[in-house]
Amino acid sequence: MEKMKTEKIILRGRKVVGGCAEGEALVTRDTISGWGGIDPMTGTIIEMRHELRGQSFKDKVLVFPGAKGSSGWSAFFHTARLAGAAPKAMIFNVMTTKVALGAVVTHAPAMTDLDQDPLEVIETGDWVKVDADNGIVEVIKRKVKK
Amino acid sequence: MKLTDEEKAMLEGEHGPAVQKAMDLLVRYGEALGAERLVETNNVSTTFASTSPIIRKFIAERGGGPDVFDAVFCEFNLDSQEVVKIPPIKAYGCQLIQYVDAENWEIHGMDREISELNAMNEAYSGSIGLHMLSTCTPYQVGNIPVKGEHCAWMESSAVVYINSVLGARTNCEGRESTGAALLTRRIPYWGYHLDENRLGTDLIEVETDLVDMRDWGIFGYYVGEMVGERVPVISGIKRVPDHNMLKHFGAAASSSGGVELYHIPGITAEANTVEEAFGHRKPKNTFRFGPEEMKQAYEWLNYSAKDPHVDFIMLGCPHASLEQLRDICRLLEGKKVHSNTHLWIFTPRALKQVADRSGYTKIITEAGGHLMSDTCPAIARVLPPGTKVVATDSAKQAHYLPAIMGVQTWFGSLEQCINAAVTGRWSA
Repeated sequence: MEKMKTEKIILRGRKVVGGCAEGEALVTRDTISGWGGIDPMTGTIIEMRHELRGQSFKDKVLVFPGAKGSSGWSAFFHTARLAGAAPKAMIFNVMTTKVALGAVVTHAPAMTDLDQDPLEVIETGDWVKVDADNGIVEVIKRKVKK
Repeated sequence: MKLTDEEKAMLEGEHGPAVQKAMDLLVRYGEALGAERLVETNNVSTTFASTSPIIRKFIAERGGGPDVFDAVFCEFNLDSQEVVKIPPIKAYGCQLIQYVDAENWEIHGMDREISELNAMNEAYSGSIGLHMLSTCTPYQVGNIPVKGEHCAWMESSAVVYINSVLGARTNCEGRESTGAALLTRRIPYWGYHLDENRLGTDLIEVETDLVDMRDWGIFGYYVGEMVGERVPVISGIKRVPDHNMLKHFGAAASSSGGVELYHIPGITAEANTVEEAFGHRKPKNTFRFGPEEMKQAYEWLNYSAKDPHVDFIMLGCPHASLEQLRDICRLLEGKKVHSNTHLWIFTPRALKQVADRSGYTKIITEAGGHLMSDTCPAIARVLPPGTKVVATDSAKQAHYLPAIMGVQTWFGSLEQCINAAVTGRWSA
């Protein structure tokens, strides 16, 4: 049998919250609302017209453009952590006070300012390792090449 | 991040353990942002409420006890898992909108237990020095920041109001950062605290007459959808809006998008001309707002609504002013709310007292409606029993209620809403 070759991509960026974690990616091009946008008890996106409506980020590496909406953003991600429904790690593009504070209180490794757009490189289902302390994201593509 | 000697002393615990936890959070948060330093603030709008399900569970797991509110403050307002005693707060601070209306919790169908917890919570908040305004509009009832004042405020509709209309300087803070600001009088010097970030990014050319609050709500909803988190500069306004119109405009723009600052040259605090609003920048985008855009945004706002039989009319998001209460009463006086509908109106408790003295509460009550305070349906997650269809004059409430409560929501003018309250039917 032919040997399966998995594609591995390395991205470099800036630490937002330190630590190291890995998991399956959940990627969205829509910004995320905290209060009024997620159910913090299950990590499910509830916003009307959101492309991830009905899907949960629990234990996923959440890759998204940034935060919008209410100032309850951090309190809702804080609640998700206490409810055991937080993402494993976060990767995002646009820095705001909402997403910075939300990432800090989620206590999961978080990164931004990557050298390539993570929304272009990472797809839902890819295996992603976030080493925020060293500023490295390792992406193992889900689709294997023969 | 660079800290002053005083800030270093706070971080090292010389001002006590609670201040140390607060400074530790501000350093983690400031570094996450990439802020260079902190800035002094003596004006904080925050929330310390313990009645949400997760916090009630947190309290139950600890078996209550005399230090239970200290424990809640540490975890939920400072992100500290270690419980330390919370001293009297250093900065002036006020409570924003909360989950429980201290007087109308029974009408909201809340348990006595939750109302008692809320009462203990309020007493604790008062004891550490928090002003119990309990509204999303502190700027209507005594907390009116001055132009240039560095603030640490939560509540997106209030943030956009004080930044834009008053020219104060705040980012959209969260529960934990404002908790830390109360104890340290500090917040990261980042974002809208800096001159450069207050310049306009997008130009909105208005080519229609904006007459009433409905128009301003629709306009705000459109602007938020177009500019997201950027800073719109609005030109072509023919008549000066009043504070109610700007309150609704900002609340709408911060719901469909994340607008935290806008400029209407000659009207809002910081710029007299479009050129001044953009400074050395050139507009990234230019949008037109005419009758077609007005129609489009009106349709977005009524996206969820189909059934003309209205169960519930919600007014006062953001919390209603005295002018709004008078307008409501003029339309409602001598009429009766339909037997199949409920009418709830929300105003800051401080204004409720004025409404009582001015006869407004009596008119509303005699018509079969309720004048309430402290909370709103989206925050408290309460609706009258069996509600499937809502009507409101608030773009913000029309944006959030369908997602949070799973109800259809009609958006329209105050006249349409009162008409629906009296007839039980929505007419477009």
